[in-house]
Amino acid sequence: MSADATTPHDAAHGGGHTTHHYPYVKIWGVLLVLLALSVIGPMLGHPIVTLLTAFGIAFVKAFIVIKYFMHLTVEKKYIGFLLLVMIAFMLVFVGGVSPDVMKHEGQRWVNTAAQDVVTKGLAADKAAEGHEGKHE
Amino acid sequence: MSSFPRPIATTRSVTGISTGKLAVWWLIASEIVIFGGVLGSYLMHRIGHPEWASQAAHTNTVFGAVNTFVLLTSSLFAVMAHQAADQKDGKKAAKFLYLTTLGAVIFLIIKSVEWTGEIQHGFTITSHTFWSFYYTAAGIHGVHVIVGAIIMLVIANDARKGIDLQRVEAVGLYWHFVDIVWIFLFPLLYIAK
Repeated sequence: MSADATTPHDAAHGGGHTTHHYPYVKIWGVLLVLLALSVIGPMLGHPIVTLLTAFGIAFVKAFIVIKYFMHLTVEKKYIGFLLLVMIAFMLVFVGGVSPDVMKHEGQRWVNTAAQDVVTKGLAADKAAEGHEGKHE
Repeated sequence: MSSFPRPIATTRSVTGISTGKLAVWWLIASEIVIFGGVLGSYLMHRIGHPEWASQAAHTNTVFGAVNTFVLLTSSLFAVMAHQAADQKDGKKAAKFLYLTTLGAVIFLIIKSVEWTGEIQHGFTITSHTFWSFYYTAAGIHGVHVIVGAIIMLVIANDARKGIDLQRVEAVGLYWHFVDIVWIFLFPLLYIAK
């Protein structure tokens, strides 16, 4: 068994891998700072800040991992296209069914079961809050 | 010398990158649809059901944040293993892969403690649709962590002997994807209260 397989691609780059390596520990440090921000941001209680720090930072963290740890930007271009096609499929699925799932009534239909669940759930939450308030 | 024939995908490349690495990219592409479907469904339901907020309030942000730290750190070790493999240092690559696997084990231990507490408090997979999504999404992710840890141990064992070092990068790609999935699960399940 040979020690290490060398592909024609590898061979074209001098017989070994030529992945450009970055200062990974520094990049990890940046990821940890972003993690801290994503936890602290929502504590402020502002919806926009929560959206930006929790979800916006998740996209930034994912981008950093894809670019610096997975080296996608220096990978063959068709790999990026392959992943984008899959993300597009996912968005088509979400876009296609979201009106039925996120809304509970439309022009010619009403999802009474979902409406009941929401109404009962919110009423139960309110009752639980009132119960807790009495005990305080 | 192994008695098994050497897989053709180990040494062949007709697409510009090694066939093994291409297979991992294909796997990741299919996983995007699997996790995208689960997370997209969760997000749509969460927006359509404001009453889920009272259930989501019971998830423990500290557990989620610590596990994010563990996975980000294990991803660092995975990419350092890749760097060592590029330098043809199999022993160093194996050492970093073992550390990555340790991250997977720590992640699973924390998850077990977290889930035990939640189940003991009555938050089971059948108690509410929020918890169904919670256990399904985190459970599928957990299975990926277990599978990744096993594969990393096999590859680390070979890398230690200097065998098939190109596989270190391939398993690293998979592990970074598992990390990315958790990066999105964390705000969805733990922060959006």
